Amino acid sequence: MFVKQISIFLENKSGRLAEVTSILGDSGIDISALSLADTTNFGILRLIVNDPDKAEEVLRENGFTTSVTSVTAIGVKDEPGGLAAALGILKDAGIEIEYMYAFVSKKEDEALVILKTGNPGKTAEILSSGGISVLSAEEVYDL
Amino acid sequence: MLYWNQSRECMPREEMQKLQNERLIKTVKRVYHNVPFYRARMQEKGIEPGDIKGIEDLPKLPFTYKQDLRDNYPFGTFSVPMSEIVRIHASSGTTGKKTVVGYTRSDIERWSEVMARTLVSAGATKESVIQVAYGYGLFTGGLGAHYGAERIGASVIPISGGNTRLQVEIMKDFGTTILACTPSYALYMAEEIEEAGIKLSELKLKAGVFGAEPWSEAMRNEIERRLGILAIDIYGLSEVIGPGVASECPCKCGLHIQEDHFIPEIIDPETEEVLPPGSTGELVFTTITKEGMPLIRYRTRDLSSLDYEKCDCGRTLVRMSKVTGRTDDMLIIRGVNVFPSQIESVLLEMGETAPHYQIVVDRVSNLDVMEVWVEMTQSMFSDEVKRIEDLEKTIRKRIEETLGINVQVRLVEPKSIERSLGKAKRVIDKRRI
Repeated sequence: MFVKQISIFLENKSGRLAEVTSILGDSGIDISALSLADTTNFGILRLIVNDPDKAEEVLRENGFTTSVTSVTAIGVKDEPGGLAAALGILKDAGIEIEYMYAFVSKKEDEALVILKTGNPGKTAEILSSGGISVLSAEEVYDL
Repeated sequence: MLYWNQSRECMPREEMQKLQNERLIKTVKRVYHNVPFYRARMQEKGIEPGDIKGIEDLPKLPFTYKQDLRDNYPFGTFSVPMSEIVRIHASSGTTGKKTVVGYTRSDIERWSEVMARTLVSAGATKESVIQVAYGYGLFTGGLGAHYGAERIGASVIPISGGNTRLQVEIMKDFGTTILACTPSYALYMAEEIEEAGIKLSELKLKAGVFGAEPWSEAMRNEIERRLGILAIDIYGLSEVIGPGVASECPCKCGLHIQEDHFIPEIIDPETEEVLPPGSTGELVFTTITKEGMPLIRYRTRDLSSLDYEKCDCGRTLVRMSKVTGRTDDMLIIRGVNVFPSQIESVLLEMGETAPHYQIVVDRVSNLDVMEVWVEMTQSMFSDEVKRIEDLEKTIRKRIEETLGINVQVRLVEPKSIERSLGKAKRVIDKRRI
């Protein structure tokens, strides 16, 4: 039901990102969204892919430390204030966002946003009832 | 003043041996009757105090290992009731627990005596102003040097370690003549002096007694040149008494062991055979005057050799060569003993299995720095930066609490630390000592 996100631990050294993407590419895995959180010493690469289970398997086989987290994907109108509406709903419900990132969708008038909160179930419920379009896992993986 | 105690320091060999025989016999009786641990060990070997008639019988006695002190933590190897103990010090053990040592009032007297000899051999007199920049506290360095300096009647500045700017200011304003600290800290101070634009002619520094970590002749030359002083190597370990076990004289041709208190042997660490003078092997000490915690054939794990020739300085005390290495994996970081196993035990507490790790030691601007690289495991990983940073901080704090020194922790990718086929190579020491 929820969108599975794969996180990968990376040291800050050159070529690591290229390696991850080529491993996934060789296994026929398509990346639909990504974000990289970096600090002085390390980075966390977060990916949304079409086949998260397989992606995790091949990455672990190749010696990477990974984890799978449930996140919420929403579609917001590509117009001023679009994102603010969604975030306002979460704020009023007292749900804190740990991190988020946006990516472009194939639909012309919509931007897609991945949200990580402490409680993805409640997040989806509140956003839906607030009139925000929450995407299903299948919809996201097929992007 | 050439010697602090000429009759002892220049004692003819025969007389010294006679004194050692008497004292050894007494010590063996003391530990056999007062310390269950030693009695059991001697019984295992089938010997009684009566079998020890002199130092030629030393090889009959069992060895004592650091692990034995740990097994008897904290006071199990003391040979007097606690009411007789006036001081307790401790140094780091191979894992969590510390190695504890206890002194009676007369042990403190003896410690002051041997430390006074050490300082005098570096040129100290009652006119000297001695800046003790060894750490004060559980570590024996600070208080050991302090009591020796007071015994001579010198003026002691008990500044302890750290705060280098203040060290240099006081050195200049108070007219310090003798500096006591680790050799690497002496070089760090030299740097501070140069940076502050202080000329050597503004200082009264004449000599330094440097120890608690290994250092090379090249480092000695650099200290002597940059501080314009005589740099003397001193040796000691808290288990034996602390600083004052042995020290160089101005001839700088080995460290005179205070043999009327500590009998050295050199053994082959593998076969445990006693080696003839001149051979390099593991240094073993038997204390023959200590009351609080005598030690029988204590394995120091330090590699050295012994020279019984009379020295040009006039001392007849046997000389040990500068310690050239260890028979175990102990590291000395800023004068503090560090065992890789201590870090491993901290990491074990973090999860079910200890992650793969490596210790990287380097010397940056004359100060030792230690980094611990820890491979990220599945169970430690999180998709949130904050959690990983918290983990890094927790590991760092726990290691620092265990070791008592600052470390840097770096989380690295799995399999990025080199695997070796045999024993894991836990330490990369980049210092050129």
